[in-house]
Amino acid sequence: MLGAIRIDFTNLKRARRQDYAIRFLSGGVITMSAGFIAKHGGSSQGGLFLAFPAILPAAATLIAKHECEEKTRKGLQGEKRGRIAAALDTRGAALGSAAMLAFAAVAWWSLPRLSPAAAVLTPTAIWAMVAVGAWVLRKKLGCGGRRRM
Amino acid sequence: MVSLFSFIGEIVEPKSFAGLFGAAPSIALASLGLTIVSRGAANAAIECRSMLIGAVAFGCYSATVTRLLARWRMPAMRAAIGALGVWFAVAYGLWFLVLD
Repeated sequence: MLGAIRIDFTNLKRARRQDYAIRFLSGGVITMSAGFIAKHGGSSQGGLFLAFPAILPAAATLIAKHECEEKTRKGLQGEKRGRIAAALDTRGAALGSAAMLAFAAVAWWSLPRLSPAAAVLTPTAIWAMVAVGAWVLRKKLGCGGRRRM
Repeated sequence: MVSLFSFIGEIVEPKSFAGLFGAAPSIALASLGLTIVSRGAANAAIECRSMLIGAVAFGCYSATVTRLLARWRMPAMRAAIGALGVWFAVAYGLWFLVLD
């Protein structure tokens, strides 16, 4: 099942510098905003923004744009393919939110109990395990995929 | 940290797997270190408790965008930006109900 996962560096060639700049900026702005809200509105409110979709809107938009351009060049229905590619990405993110939930729960538990390094590394490892596990489980159960779109 | 997860999400395939990195706790990892150093682990733990609610809102946001794209055939940018309202509504709605 994990054999379906591959690394494709050609995707990097499709992205322009400004695409990376948009993602970098949106991530930076949200990180600073979370800090600002935590400082002025309290940690409880600021914590909400630790799970703000900072890179997903830019990523989904750029995936749709690149896929559309590529398919249109080949004479295919670019707009539709772009939408499907973006929807697959956001569907993966919806699954990933369960892993994000696990990260937050484990970090909440571990921060007062473990050393700072362990309290950050432990939830990160749990996030990776839950994310990959959920993706594999969904593949095994056969739910989702392009044919439902 | 945000750029690192964005980079990984860019190079891995298939798209549904790459999407997992769109929900990576990149902002949390960047912010928690700073919070621990500046305001202590107790405050960082309070932020993580709220992050639980934020993660639920994130799941609702992602599911909404997927639906807008797949069923309603909405352009990606309009769907991704428009659905941010879902994140704010769920996050602040639950926060007022549970934590405020």
